Amino acid sequence: MICALFSSPTRRPTRYRLRRILVEASSAALGVIILIWSLVPVYNMFLVALDPTGHNEFTWEIWPSHPTFAAFIALWTGEADDVRDIWRQFSNSIYIGLIVMALTLLASSLASFAIGRMRLAKDWKLTNVALLTYVIPSSTLIIPFLRVMHIYGLLDNPWAVIAAEVTFATPYAILVLLHYAKLIPIELDDAARIDGASVVQLYMRIYLPLMAPALAAVGTYALLFAWNDYFYQYMLLSSEKNTTVAMALEQFFDDDDAPWNYMMAIAILYSLPPIAIFYALRRYMALGVNGRRING
Amino acid sequence: MNGTPGVLAVRGHLAPGRPQLPAWRGHLHGSDLTWSIVFIVPYAALFVAFVIYPIGYGLWMGSNPALYAELFSDPRYVRAAVNTVFFVGLAVNVQMVLALLLSGFFMRRRRWIQALLAVCILPWTLPAVPAYLSFHWMFVAYPQGLPNNLLAALFGVEGPFWFNHNWLALACDIVANIWKWMPLWTLIFLAGRISIPQDLYDAADVDGASLYQRFAYITVPLLANLYVISTLISAIWTFGDYAPVLFVSGGTPTFGSDVVSTLGFHYALDYANPPLAVGAGLSVLPVLIPLVILLMRRLKTTEVQL
Repeated sequence: MICALFSSPTRRPTRYRLRRILVEASSAALGVIILIWSLVPVYNMFLVALDPTGHNEFTWEIWPSHPTFAAFIALWTGEADDVRDIWRQFSNSIYIGLIVMALTLLASSLASFAIGRMRLAKDWKLTNVALLTYVIPSSTLIIPFLRVMHIYGLLDNPWAVIAAEVTFATPYAILVLLHYAKLIPIELDDAARIDGASVVQLYMRIYLPLMAPALAAVGTYALLFAWNDYFYQYMLLSSEKNTTVAMALEQFFDDDDAPWNYMMAIAILYSLPPIAIFYALRRYMALGVNGRRING
Repeated sequence: MNGTPGVLAVRGHLAPGRPQLPAWRGHLHGSDLTWSIVFIVPYAALFVAFVIYPIGYGLWMGSNPALYAELFSDPRYVRAAVNTVFFVGLAVNVQMVLALLLSGFFMRRRRWIQALLAVCILPWTLPAVPAYLSFHWMFVAYPQGLPNNLLAALFGVEGPFWFNHNWLALACDIVANIWKWMPLWTLIFLAGRISIPQDLYDAADVDGASLYQRFAYITVPLLANLYVISTLISAIWTFGDYAPVLFVSGGTPTFGSDVVSTLGFHYALDYANPPLAVGAGLSVLPVLIPLVILLMRRLKTTEVQL
């Protein structure tokens, strides 16, 4: 096992054949362990979602004994009482996600332009300020946050969630943009200035187009952050019309009699967009260096 | 080989000799300065309204010393503080060490290993709530539940009642946390390993170095900085991470597996005592702030992109 962990791809002379067989066997064993470890909780989601009632916790099954897509069909038609609002909840999640993405892009691109290109401040100073956002855990910060939102009159308003999520997504977005902006020669800005470009033109015509890949990455990050967030939505929203998918899942969790097959079906649907985005973009995750790329 | 392997490890694609930016003072004037300030205003406004003000409000709420006397005399808090130490200490260190070793495994250029990497990152791509709810469902029932069913089917052993015991319940939370976040650190260490020049390993091969020597004398020193930074970030993040405990064990049995961040929830929501909740949250700052300062220092001297 240890050999497999430490080995790296190099050719070995034939007298190491025995060791190679050992390495291959142990890496195959490790592969099986990783596969089981990664997939069991996901498999469990399907096991519950495909159960006719969702109350299979007191059966000894490790395979779905009576698999049915009834829960997924109920979601689609919206007939069962427990899932009547599911599409409104999905559209609430999408609405919040898209606005958070747009506002994070706006705030972070403007700020990173002012700091990175106009040199308003040194960027490590901003790193420190940005880290301040993350110093106090959100589970603690939420309590004064609720009071502050009450003062602003934003309780049970999607814009409170949007404000919170933009605030927490933007510092990281700015750091990524600053890092990427260093790769674009500052001489481009100087040349444009000689041609009489204004600051706004520098931002619109040079900065934004050249930063497009980094902006795409940051936008995706903000979208996923808002989509996956449960905390601010649960704490700041309360009425039925504002309920998001993550909040709906939590309501199932709190209700002992709730049919868990619906809940797991919702959980699977809710997980699909982030998974799809991650796997679609994994080639572009800026991890490949030296001509080698991670194909994860 | 200088003392900043993190730079070497992760900044590979950046030109090392980037010219220094000029000092900002005196550089900006007139309309440039005005425009820069206009551009920074949207974020600055957000920062003041939703970071500075709530933090200040929170510090004010938690400024009463009597709060902490009440807190430290509450056995639930003491329990949660001990749990937090185990939760953060075990979850962070186990996932970091395993991720470091796994990243070595994924360096092998086999098609099936690369395919396995795609499966391995699945937990990281799942949203936290559904993932932890699935863990909850696996461990909540007794004597059934998927892990216990597997134990019974494969080995004929009856599994434990996971959530009926403090340490077992906490262990479930720790496992769920490791499951969710280990893939991210595996990817980061994999990126670090990829940027270590292959020549170093070739040279070590010529000298007849063993696998262990290659790991201990090349990989470890070159990844040390990245490892420390990742561990710090993970520790800071895990201190505030309520989700595994809240959704997997839910603090059962009777606050036995609560950590400080979820106990704060109970104080605020179940006992309607928000100041005590803020006090509980602020009580981890003496540990958290040194970690943040360490991280700032590391990040200031080395540039690591995550």
